[in-house]
Amino acid sequence: MTYDSSTTIDHETQTAIDIDRSKGDFRFPERHKYDAGRGLTERTIDYICDVKQDPDWVREFRHKALKVFLEKPMPTNWATRDLENINFDEIRYYLSDGEKPKRSWDEVPEEVLKTFDRLGIPEQERAFLAGVEAQYDSEAAYSNMKEELTKQGVIFVSSTEGLKEYEEIFRPWFGKVIPTGDNKFSALNSAVFSGGSFIYIPKGVKLKQPLQAYFRINSESFGQFERTLIIADEGAEVMYMEGCTAPKFETATLHSAVVELVALKGAKIQYVTVQNWSSNVFNLVTKRGLAMEDAEVRWIDCNIGSRLTMKYPGVIMKGERARGEVISIALANTGQHQDTGAKMIHAADNTTSNVVSKSISVGEGRSTYRGQVHIPKHLKGCKNNTECDALLINTRSRTDTYPAITVKGNRHATQHEASVSQVSEEMLFYMQQRGIDEGHAMSLAVNGFINDLVREFPMEYSVELKRLIDLEMEGSVG
Amino acid sequence: MSLVITDLHARLADGTEILRGVSLEIPAGEVHAIMGPNGSGKSTLSKVIAGHESYEVTSGSVTLDGEDILEMGIDERARAGVFLAFQYPSEVPGVSNANFIRAALQARLPEGQELDAVAYYKSLYEKMDLLEMDRKFTARAVNEGFSGGEKKRNEILQMLMLEPRYCILDETDSGLDIDALKIVAKGVNAMRSPDRGMLLITHYQRLLDYIAPDHVHVMAEGRIVRSGGPELALELEQNGYDFLKELAPA
Repeated sequence: MTYDSSTTIDHETQTAIDIDRSKGDFRFPERHKYDAGRGLTERTIDYICDVKQDPDWVREFRHKALKVFLEKPMPTNWATRDLENINFDEIRYYLSDGEKPKRSWDEVPEEVLKTFDRLGIPEQERAFLAGVEAQYDSEAAYSNMKEELTKQGVIFVSSTEGLKEYEEIFRPWFGKVIPTGDNKFSALNSAVFSGGSFIYIPKGVKLKQPLQAYFRINSESFGQFERTLIIADEGAEVMYMEGCTAPKFETATLHSAVVELVALKGAKIQYVTVQNWSSNVFNLVTKRGLAMEDAEVRWIDCNIGSRLTMKYPGVIMKGERARGEVISIALANTGQHQDTGAKMIHAADNTTSNVVSKSISVGEGRSTYRGQVHIPKHLKGCKNNTECDALLINTRSRTDTYPAITVKGNRHATQHEASVSQVSEEMLFYMQQRGIDEGHAMSLAVNGFINDLVREFPMEYSVELKRLIDLEMEGSVG
Repeated sequence: MSLVITDLHARLADGTEILRGVSLEIPAGEVHAIMGPNGSGKSTLSKVIAGHESYEVTSGSVTLDGEDILEMGIDERARAGVFLAFQYPSEVPGVSNANFIRAALQARLPEGQELDAVAYYKSLYEKMDLLEMDRKFTARAVNEGFSGGEKKRNEILQMLMLEPRYCILDETDSGLDIDALKIVAKGVNAMRSPDRGMLLITHYQRLLDYIAPDHVHVMAEGRIVRSGGPELALELEQNGYDFLKELAPA
């Protein structure tokens, strides 16, 4: 395969694609008490550990991870060479005001509160959420959940608090689903992680309302490295939603998260992402879930914006009858590359996985699907269904599909379907003849294309999703 | 008040001239029919009026109540009052009929004004009842998996909802059985009004049994070659288009 990766984005293109990102495109002056400075060395790690007052085992974990990060090559043998444009020496790895997350919005610093207010977070919390964590640069500024959940033994705190206050639950699973050396960016996250959520749902507790985290980048040249660990104990159920935005910066910003999910026997975890990064963000995220006997892990993932997103949520189905699912929507506009997919590892009998991926490439935008399904020979009764559909809007956009389905033995059922379609000139003519302008016609076509997947999102998010797509499409046509 | 086409010439990108000087006036309140053999340019005329980008207008004009529409975009012409019922309507996968028509109506409202959803559905259901369409059509994706007859009925539904000033119906009768044709005609007749002009493009007299035109035109080789009253359609039905062969090429 060949790459025609664009390493620079001219100003006009930038202006064109950044149109209508108004909701997330604002920032406040930086007022950080703690700043690890630019670049990454052993000293950066120690600075972060000191500020965070990490226990020794965490300090050791971070130092080891730094070594792994430095040793590992960039994955440019298979991924885009645009990765080489990340200048690790220019990135700022830790920025915070040194405050603990507040339990009440009233205590959150004014500018931070204004930020989340404009993004609608406190309002959503009141309307339909069981709990919210709001991260601003490196640390959570706010973290709270409904009182009744506390009584039921639910834990929902930032990872910074989690590893200290709940070490006995946190530590056994931390770094176990995604080992430090999984890839270069999981190693980077392991070295400098800060923020993200730690969630524990006790046995049999089923949350009726979702928990939500919002990740906000406010500072330029900054790297956000949140770390999330969710453990659903036997028979527990939880839906977690994350949103993310950053203002438009002149220089590249890095977001590199690690998310580990553990669904114990009969538990159910749904993890919903709606990201809307500005077009200078490198978004390189590792997400994986472990599903034990009769457990279910679902990733519902929507990727809009960013310069480059590389994300392949995975599920390891370790117990019998475990189920894994990835439902993803990616929209790549000019200057953007959405390199996404799914990893399904069947490790027990009668496990079932489902992957449905829809990508939309607009202008010079580029979408890549990479899928991996692994079913070893000694298992029986495993099922996988993979569907990937791509929609191209104008002839310059590009899409690639790299499915890798490794099925050994003959006691399994797999099916794979892929399609590439276009918004045809005749369809546009038809819609425009009804009085709908080109931008809205495109939006309708795109929303129609992903309609069946949008229904999988919680209502509140599907409305937001539709709005984001409308904005992207309107900004992308003459 | 009329849709006026004057000496219209249009060609394809490869240079093939399809319209070779079409002139036609459709005043509000009148129903005109254009008949003609296949390849005479009837469908092209409708697409050129609507602004299809496959055709280049090389000369002539099209005005709508005095306003030149050739400089307008496709959607602007539509909002100005031109509606084309397609011979082969496009499918719009995943977009429900109700949402599609709603988007088209919304596009006609000034910025910031929202379509009243209750009134919208009331009106939609009334028109669907008139066309004997099942309520399930609102939730089905536009034209996806529709039979030929269902697609045509759906075109008329959109026309009823959008209430255009000028309606062009391109071969709306093709692919319809007699019962469906009657229903479609009922819809079209319900739209007849002193404020509205209509152009029916058809190959056969059959449609005109149900929608009586005021004027009939015959098109051949990119021009209107004969015009007359409703009797012209009957004459064509009896004698066919053979008379065209006797017309000397210009």
